[in-house]
Amino acid sequence: MATTLTPSKLHVADVARTASVGLRTRKMRAALSALGIMIGIAAMVGVLGLSESSKSDLLAQLDKLGTNLLTVQAGGGIGLGSGELPADAGVMIARIGPVEQTSSVSEVDANVYKNDLVPSGQSGGITVQAVDVNLLDTLAGAMADGVFLNDVTAAYPTTVLGAVAADRLGIDDVTGTQLVWLGDQWFTVIGVLDAFELNPDLDRAALVGMDAAATYLDNDNVPSSILVRANPRFVDNVMGVLAATANPQNPEEVEVDRPTDALEAREAADDAFTALFLGLGAVALLVGGVGIANVMVISVLERRSEIGLRRALGATKRHVGMQFLGEALLLAAIGGVGGVLLGYGVTTAYANLRGWSTLVPPIAIAGGVVAALVIGAVAGLYPAIRAARMSPTEALRTG
Amino acid sequence: MTSTLTRGRGAPLGPGDVVLSLANVTKEYPTIPPVRALGGVSFEIQRGELVAVVGPSGSGKSTLLHIMGTLDRPTSGEVMVAGHRVSQLSDRALSALRARHIGFVFQQFFLLSGYTALDNVADGLLYTGIPLASRRELAAVELENVGLAHRLDHDATTLSGGERQRVAIARALVGGPDIVLADEPTGNLDSKTSDAIVELIERLSASGSTIVVITHNHEIASHFPRSVGIRDGRIEYDELNGAR
Repeated sequence: MATTLTPSKLHVADVARTASVGLRTRKMRAALSALGIMIGIAAMVGVLGLSESSKSDLLAQLDKLGTNLLTVQAGGGIGLGSGELPADAGVMIARIGPVEQTSSVSEVDANVYKNDLVPSGQSGGITVQAVDVNLLDTLAGAMADGVFLNDVTAAYPTTVLGAVAADRLGIDDVTGTQLVWLGDQWFTVIGVLDAFELNPDLDRAALVGMDAAATYLDNDNVPSSILVRANPRFVDNVMGVLAATANPQNPEEVEVDRPTDALEAREAADDAFTALFLGLGAVALLVGGVGIANVMVISVLERRSEIGLRRALGATKRHVGMQFLGEALLLAAIGGVGGVLLGYGVTTAYANLRGWSTLVPPIAIAGGVVAALVIGAVAGLYPAIRAARMSPTEALRTG
Repeated sequence: MTSTLTRGRGAPLGPGDVVLSLANVTKEYPTIPPVRALGGVSFEIQRGELVAVVGPSGSGKSTLLHIMGTLDRPTSGEVMVAGHRVSQLSDRALSALRARHIGFVFQQFFLLSGYTALDNVADGLLYTGIPLASRRELAAVELENVGLAHRLDHDATTLSGGERQRVAIARALVGGPDIVLADEPTGNLDSKTSDAIVELIERLSASGSTIVVITHNHEIASHFPRSVGIRDGRIEYDELNGAR
């Protein structure tokens, strides 16, 4: 008389449907527990996105500026010589094969003021530097206004102001005739520079031509530093011989730098912060996971009667376990997707603010969702097992 | 209703076949000291019967319901449901047995809030593997059968007590089970609504359903053709047609 029993069966769509019961009936609680995961994932995606966006900005910057710029300057400090390079250092360096361009800078012993009425003590920290006319080209710099020195203007009392110097002197454009009181005489401002990424010292300087410096300011034009563009493939080789070439007598008195190293070092420091914030994001994620586990354990206790009913309707232990595990996964997935969107939004907003291009690594997006699901699975496992193992009679009795 | 789905009702048992039998069933809870909830209970329920199991609180009614419904296993004795020997079935097989052969009605209704009456009834078939659209189709018919055709899309928990119990009854019946076990189905209802539910149960029985009603209320039991009295875990009487 007995027929063969057809096993209980729950379609995949029904697993999702039953898993959403708790979310639909306890919306606020579900939203709050998903929020924990969301914050964690958003923090991680945001940190990775911002780090990547800023890195891409740096790479674009480095690409623009070139990593083949080297600076040679007289080593400062006690016992390290006169603070000047030999007068023929520039010529010597230009003879190194892979050197493509050199540009000398000579510090002038003069101050610059807005006019002749400003007391001499108030120099505003602005230095005066005599420079070669190819400086702008060597530094891959740009003009904010006006023009840079050329062979003609370099011989006359004209000056080009660095970005900070112009700001301090209250000069933002060079239309009309802008004069500054430089070395006790009037110099005409013919241009204002954009900020130099690689040589911020020049931002605080008033630049004059070498000839003008010699003629009007009595400068000896001995270079204090020399900017060198080398063939990118031989930058390290050039770096190795620069000190000895610039000052064969006392190479130890010469300091050779690659300014882009500073940018890269800054990025490395940012990386350390990225790791720190990623760690914080992971902690937030963990706390979010604990929140989900907590909510699920409470949910199992509160929904005993539902568990009993489902067992009475023919659910196997596995079906009940899957329902609660599915609910935890659903909560985590909502948190994960929400977190990725939030993280992406924050990255986009901040990148736009900083003028970077938004770059969120796809691995961060996929990883964010996967991490949320893994956390959800781990968090939901114990409550799901507990629900599955609940005796139907006990569950119904407490209903 | 012209559904092509095969429903459990009517097959494979014929009229007069035994749907459920208990042979010398005992149930002891391993407490200290052990509590014997059932002590050697034996009876049979035939297809199409409407039986009241009556007893006071603590008499073992609920334990009996759980054992009849395969939600619990007896300590000793044999239980047969729809021809299946319960002691030989795994937990999964018992779930399958409940999904297709047994319907439950509870005193507290146990309806899911936020779900319509239709979906609550359709959930009676959730674990049978029938697709959702067909489950809803069958649920609509069953709700009509219990007089709730106008309440299909209402949130089940906003219905009146009587209506909620009708939804629960429809859920128990929707799969066409071989037997429906109703645990104090009128326990949470006023007397007028109780009468209506009793009438519904009688009508459903008349249309072929096998129903066992567990109750402490002798007045309700007196409506049904057969009463099995239980006290202290033992059958006190088993009478037909109000012969007491």
